[in-house]
Amino acid sequence: MNLYRKMYRTKIFILLLLLLFFILFSITLGDVKIPFTDTVKIILNKFGFLSSKIDMGGIKKSNIFIVLNIRLPRILLACLVGSMLSLVGTSYQAIFKNPMADPFVMGVSSGAAFGATIGILLHFNKGIIGFGLTSILAFGGALLTTFIVYNLARVGSKISTTSILLAGIVMSSLLSSGISLMMIFNHDELAKIISWTLGSFNGANWTQIVVILIPAVVGTLFLTTFARELNAIVMGEEQAQNLGVNVERTKKVILITASFLAACAVSVSGIIGFVGLIVPHLFRLILGSDHRILLPVSVVGGAIFLVICDTLARTILNGIEIPVGIITSICGGPFFLYLLKRNGRKKLI
Amino acid sequence: MKSIVGINKLSFKYDKADILKHISLDVEQGSFLSILGPNGSGKTTLLKNVCNLLKPHNGSILIDEKDIEKIKYKELAQIIAVVHQGTDVQFDFSVFDVVMMGRFPYLKRFQSEGKEDVEIVENAMKSTSIWELREKSINEISGGERQRVLIARALTQQPKVLLLDEPISHLDIKYQIEILDLCKRLNKEQNITVITTLHDINMASRYSDYILLLEEGRIREMDTPEKVLTEKNIEDVYGIKVDLIKRNDNERPIIIPKNM
Repeated sequence: MNLYRKMYRTKIFILLLLLLFFILFSITLGDVKIPFTDTVKIILNKFGFLSSKIDMGGIKKSNIFIVLNIRLPRILLACLVGSMLSLVGTSYQAIFKNPMADPFVMGVSSGAAFGATIGILLHFNKGIIGFGLTSILAFGGALLTTFIVYNLARVGSKISTTSILLAGIVMSSLLSSGISLMMIFNHDELAKIISWTLGSFNGANWTQIVVILIPAVVGTLFLTTFARELNAIVMGEEQAQNLGVNVERTKKVILITASFLAACAVSVSGIIGFVGLIVPHLFRLILGSDHRILLPVSVVGGAIFLVICDTLARTILNGIEIPVGIITSICGGPFFLYLLKRNGRKKLI
Repeated sequence: MKSIVGINKLSFKYDKADILKHISLDVEQGSFLSILGPNGSGKTTLLKNVCNLLKPHNGSILIDEKDIEKIKYKELAQIIAVVHQGTDVQFDFSVFDVVMMGRFPYLKRFQSEGKEDVEIVENAMKSTSIWELREKSINEISGGERQRVLIARALTQQPKVLLLDEPISHLDIKYQIEILDLCKRLNKEQNITVITTLHDINMASRYSDYILLLEEGRIREMDTPEKVLTEKNIEDVYGIKVDLIKRNDNERPIIIPKNM
């Protein structure tokens, strides 16, 4: 009897339906409005066994192109990034037992920004097979920074979470000053660098999705198997160990997997703040602290949140695209403050 | 009787300060042992060595006749369950979910909690009288109730040994009796070995089969309450003069500090 699975299945199912709806709805929006039914038809037509049954008459070629090559990859990329960021946030908040922990605590964001800045300054915007070299440099920067932070905080075989937080902050400010310095000497590229650091899915393509899909899915599934360990760890590391959790190994495995996911996310989207901070909190306030439900729900919830934000980012102003990082803060911030006020401090970790 | 916890010449240091020195003892399976001693005498440190939270610098610990170093985390959690001091829970779990965490050492990574686990949890909660609290949040129950929740969680680990660190230190007298009565009952009915640190000498006397009196990291004496609790031992170890009182021959001794 899967006691818990039963309780959770409905909630996750509802969220998945919501996600599907938002994805389809988002595809219809943009400079070119595409009817909802056409959107559904265009997508279903791509499933080989259905294509014969679907009447594609009356749908413009250009619309098919927009749906399949512009909007769909962009929205799916937003889903993947949203899922990863919010899953990483949930895991970090548990491991660090700190409500302020987000996917970037270990310096992923500044490391990635540093790498990306170098990429932009060296005009590496060509890239290989659609996956920009700037992205690769960002990914490398993110991983390298986390690696340094991790090793700074390691004493023998143990890692102190407080040291990680401190080392993360210091590494971040070091790298940020490095970025600022590069920006001062390269005024021409200022706008590009800033817009990268605010995050965007503009220019998303299928290659990016293909490249990050496997690490994203594998990493996500792997992390969600640690729900019971995380539940025990938030009760206290000593208690967790006496419940049979190998705490040090669990912390290491989760930190490494989560940083890897965060680096993947950041390398394709730039730095999108707030998703990994508030989506976990949002669901913790609604559903409690049980990671058996919290982890899968934040995966789906993060996707929904970022799809909505990205849709706003590309449609809210006619013809001008707002960096999605700005939208996540504008949308998420007040909503989060409202929840905080309504629920009081005590439930927030 | 079989020794369930065997400690052999154990020494432990924090940095350079010796906390425990040459501790050797055997705990019989099914006995109730209280560890007494002033603050800083090493009670909690000893307990943490026994449950592998701390590693001794010298000496060895045998759990169920196996070297503790060679026992896997989950395997150890099936033998020893620990009720920690300071049970402040900041996360929002239901009482039922907290107790269910005790099944962790029995579940494989991809296995979910089954019918049998639910039954074990239910039994543990009923024998600690917290079944009615199952849907409440761990944050909205009293300190005494929370202590019982943690004992119930320990029971679902189906342990041979229950370790408790100052289980009654912040409870009122009613809850103190309730918790120790519960431990005694589990000790008698389920033959679980109970090892607990205590500050209250009279409570230790009342409930224990054996008392271990620690003095600056060494064993002063380990024996029955009658033998360990003497005016001299208490004056030497705690530095206070006491009167020993027994209301009748069958009763355990209680101590009363002498007037100033």
